[in-house]
Formats: sequence, C-alpha cells, structure tokens
Amino acid sequence: MALPDDIPVIDVDILVIGGGTAGPMAAVTAKENNPDAKVMLLEKANVKRSGAISMGMDGLNNAVVPGHSTPEDYVKEITTANDGIVLQDGVLAYAERSFGMIQKLDSWGVYFQKDETGEFDMKKVHHLGTYVLPMPEGHNVKKILYRRLRRHRVVVENRLQAIRLLKDKTGSACGCIALSTREGTVSVIRAKAVIMCTGAAGRIGLPASGYLYGTYENPSNCGDGHSMAYHVGAELSGLECYQINPLLKDYNGPACAYVTGPLGGYTANAKGDRFIECDYWSGQMMMEFYNELQGGNGPVFLKLDHLAEETIQEIEHVLHTNERPSRGRFHDGRGTDYRSSMVEMHISEIGFCAGHSASGVWINEKGETTVPGLYGAGDMASIPHSYMLGAFVYGDICGENAAEYARDREFAELDEAYILSERDRILAPLKRTDGIPPNQFEYKLRRLVNDYLQPPKVTKKMDIGLARIMAMEADIPLLHARDPHELLRANEAQHILDCAKMAAVASMYRQESRWGLYHNYVDYPQTNDADWFCHVQLFKDDNNQMTCKKRPVKPYVVELDEHEKTAYQQMRVQQAN
Amino acid sequence: MPTASQNTLVPVVVDDEKCIADKGCRTCIDVCPLDVLWINEKTGKAHMKYDECWYCMPCEADCPTDAVTVNIPYLLS
Repeated sequence: MALPDDIPVIDVDILVIGGGTAGPMAAVTAKENNPDAKVMLLEKANVKRSGAISMGMDGLNNAVVPGHSTPEDYVKEITTANDGIVLQDGVLAYAERSFGMIQKLDSWGVYFQKDETGEFDMKKVHHLGTYVLPMPEGHNVKKILYRRLRRHRVVVENRLQAIRLLKDKTGSACGCIALSTREGTVSVIRAKAVIMCTGAAGRIGLPASGYLYGTYENPSNCGDGHSMAYHVGAELSGLECYQINPLLKDYNGPACAYVTGPLGGYTANAKGDRFIECDYWSGQMMMEFYNELQGGNGPVFLKLDHLAEETIQEIEHVLHTNERPSRGRFHDGRGTDYRSSMVEMHISEIGFCAGHSASGVWINEKGETTVPGLYGAGDMASIPHSYMLGAFVYGDICGENAAEYARDREFAELDEAYILSERDRILAPLKRTDGIPPNQFEYKLRRLVNDYLQPPKVTKKMDIGLARIMAMEADIPLLHARDPHELLRANEAQHILDCAKMAAVASMYRQESRWGLYHNYVDYPQTNDADWFCHVQLFKDDNNQMTCKKRPVKPYVVELDEHEKTAYQQMRVQQAN
Repeated sequence: MPTASQNTLVPVVVDDEKCIADKGCRTCIDVCPLDVLWINEKTGKAHMKYDECWYCMPCEADCPTDAVTVNIPYLLS
C-alpha cells in the first residue's frame, strides 16, 4: 500500500512539536548538538507569539542561583511542596542546570533584574528558600528565541496541529500526523526522534466567567500532547494532582503574588487580613485559599492599597506590560485602582500543568517518556513546579538526548493503513453537511468537568461525570465543521475529551487525599502514605482501556529532615493570642 | 440537524482606516495564537472572525499602524 498524493510525507531527523517555550530551546539545542541534522519545529499557531509566554514573562519563579540556594535546597523545597511524590533525579537535573540556563538566556539578551552590584536581584517567595528573579523587561523573550531559531536554521512550520504520533514496528516513536489548520488537509512528518513541547492541558474546565477562551492557560494549550502521548502508549503521571491557581477573578490571569509579594503586596481576606503564610502556589496554599473563599471571611483579594505610590507604579509597570498585559485594561474597565481598592481574586478551572503542579506525560531526568524516541519538556511533562525556566532546561536536555538518539537511527517504515484511517477520522467533521458544532460540544464537555470533577472530589459525582463524558464519545461521529478553523476546534475538542476522562480516572484511582485542594478526595480525607506514597501512572492497556497503575517513588537523592517534610502542611496564619 | 446563528460581540477591534491588510500586511493574523483574525473578504481588512480570544494582545502590540485594539471580552469585563 502507498499513501495517496494528498498526504505529503516530510522526513526530518528531529521533530519538535510545539513552539512555545521548551520547543524553541529543544530545537536550537538539537541543532547545536548536530548541525547537520534536519530539525523541524511544528507549531499550531505561530512561533513568533505562541504558547504560555506569548507576551513574555515577568520573572523566574525557580531560579537556583549560587549564593542564594543550592540545587539540593531546591530539591528539598519542591519535594516538600509536592508532598513527597517526586522523581528527585528529575528535579535535581533541573536544579543543577538552572543557573547555567539563566546565564545562557542572559547572554542571548533576556534581561534579568540585577542589584546595584550587578548581581541577580533574588527575591524570596517560596516557603523555605529564595528562588524568584524578576524580569521587569521580560516582554521580548519570544523575539529572542525566534532569532535563535533563524540563526540555527531550524525549519519552522506554523499552523500545523499535530494530532497523532506514529510509532514503528519496534514501538519507537517515528513522527506524527498533522492537520493544516488553514487548509484542512493532513500531512505526515516522519522523524528519527520526537520531542513533545505542547504545553499544559488548560482547556479542560470552564472558567467561572463562562467564556470558553477565558482560561488561565493560553487556550491553544488544550492537551494535544497529553492525548497524543496516551494514544501512542506512553505513561502519564500525577493527573489527579490538578493545576488550580489563585487568580484575578473573571480576568482569570495571575494576580501576581510573585511580583507583588517581594514589594509588599499579599493575599488577604475580606477583612484585609493575611490568612496564608506563603503566596507560593501549592496545593496546600490553594486549600487555604479555597477555605477562605467558602468561609465567612471571603472573598479573597490581592492587597496593594497600603503601598507607596512609587511601589504601585513599579508593580503596574511589570504587571501591565508582561505576560498578561491586558490586566491593566481589565482594571481600568471596572475602575479598579491598586492604590485605593483591593482586587478580588478567585480560583481557576482545573488543568494539567507540570509547570505549576505536577501532572503530565511521564519523563525521567533525560526527558525520556516511556516510549523510545519520544521526549517531553515543559508544562506537558511530569517534572513538578518547573515553570518557564524548567521548560527551557528540559527543552535543552531533550534537545541533547534526542539529537544523540536520532544519530544512528534510520527512517522507519510507515504504517499506511493507520495513517489512512486517521486521515479519515481527523477530516470527518469537515466532510459532513450538518451536525454538532464543535463549540457546543466543547462547552458541554467542559461544563461537565466543572460539575463533576472539580475538587472537593466525590466518588459518586466522578462516577456520574465519567459516565456522561464517555457518553459524549458517541457524539464525536456527529461533529460538524464548516471550515478548516472549526475542524481544528473539533480535533481539539476530542483531545479535551481524552483529558477529561484522564482527570476522572486518575482521581478515582488514588484513594486518599494529597496535595491540598489539588486532590482533595472527600471519600478518603486523609493522606495515606502506607498505600499511596507512589506515583499514579495512567496509560492505555492492551484492550485499549484507560487504566492506572502505581509506580514507586524512586529513592531520594536528597534526604529531608522532619521539619522540611512538613513545612508546607502549615500554611494558615496562626491567630495571635 | 437544524442550526441558528447567534450574534456575539467580539473583543478585537480593527480600525479600517489605519489597517493595511489590503496592501498585503498579515501581522495580526500571523501572530494570533488562536487564529481568530482573518481577512474580511468584503473590505480586504483584518477582522475578528471567531469569538475565541485570550485577550493576550500580540495583535495590538505588533500592528505596524496601531490599527488594532484588544478589549476585554464582554462576558468577563
């Protein structure tokens, strides 16, 4: 069998899927390690402005800088913040390369704040150590990355959405099937190694505003990579450890405590009082945030109105020019001024994001997934609390290792029958003359996620939610797209459905509560280390069923003392007597 | 399956007087992460075709003629 002419096949040595943060770094590093290799960076949007840092970033949240902290300190902090369930080797690999990556980005022209002596101007936000490095002029990160891609002659393909990964007869990854979001056609990219950098799954739940695209994450990060990894047979990990973030209510973007905290701002209740000891985002902190929202002292606010004029101007400059610059416009529209009023906050919809919590496609300290030849980096891969700098470091790690893996490999023989059946499945909504609009399908799905899968988690509710989500699988053959853009949305909706199922299945498997609000399971309110001090791995079994299994936590490389182990369990400010 | 179309207010506003899409510019269309800005076939200018906005602002920041304004979507403004 041969592929028909309408399915072009492009051969590359290394395929990077996702051109946001980790992806450009992975592609550049792969090229640096093997300048003769053909490296393709595939992007659903346009690499110039795609991903979580489309408008830059206002700071590093996890900078391990000599003189302020050691890699071992950082490993302890993240082990504790994540209730012990971490692959420490993976966190340590990040921490050891953290400072080198800052120096590399600095040399590329990314501006980090320095003090009067020219040293990096580190700030303390975490519970134990000092890891925050402001980037008040961090709005140009994407431009700097783009220049590097050009300089290294990485082949960039924009507006191509990877839909399914391909594997060869030995089970190794060998490329992907992609959809042109402008043309409504499919192509095959055959590769010797594949690096996934597809970002968080940030479009599973429905924002409180009811606006489908008013998500915390860039809504193009809808879980494509999570779904692709699942279908190709990779393990995903920690999906029950949801991402839920404290945000500006309705705007649904960060407040942002990491910027305002070091300048004297803090999270307060309706009385203007502090109620959490530490604004660093963790499940335990979110539990207290949730309790305050639900209790008589809510709602919760960002409090800046006690600060001096020049401090407020500094905060406004950072918050209104970086990361989510329309914050200022949002406040203006409501007449909210940091000087005179506290700003109402709320919690986000659920998502999967290793950048902030710990859920994603399982990778080890080399960036390897459980599928040979398939690597993962950034928000979609399982190294916890890794933020932007973690995405860069793991992009770098994956670029090195994928370049090495690809070096001695031949192009695989393509499974043409699979490609043809996938082509038909992917394009089907465009072939129909009527049916369910993708936006209605997606709205219903995400509303079900909110109704049944958000914490507090209850078995009976999740049972109903999972059944109703699975019932929506019967609607997939009815999806109708009027144009290629709607076809993109129809395919994204199917990835979101996979992620919604994963959230339910993984949550019901872990029969304990852990990570504060992230896995607050009402039927099993206690943390149970005897049975559940392990990772929960989700995968597709031999009968094509979504299944979970336990993976033991690998012995620690950095031991913690008793105080360090419980530091994140005491988040609530104690009342003075 | 019968359908209806609903009117929706979109957050991105393009000033047709300033927009130079009819002269070949595609900047805002290229940079939109959600691919919701397209050419209006009648005017040749850029416009927001789909109400799927993250109010992220590259379209406004990168426009060479300051023709684009990103408003906060009505549902959350």
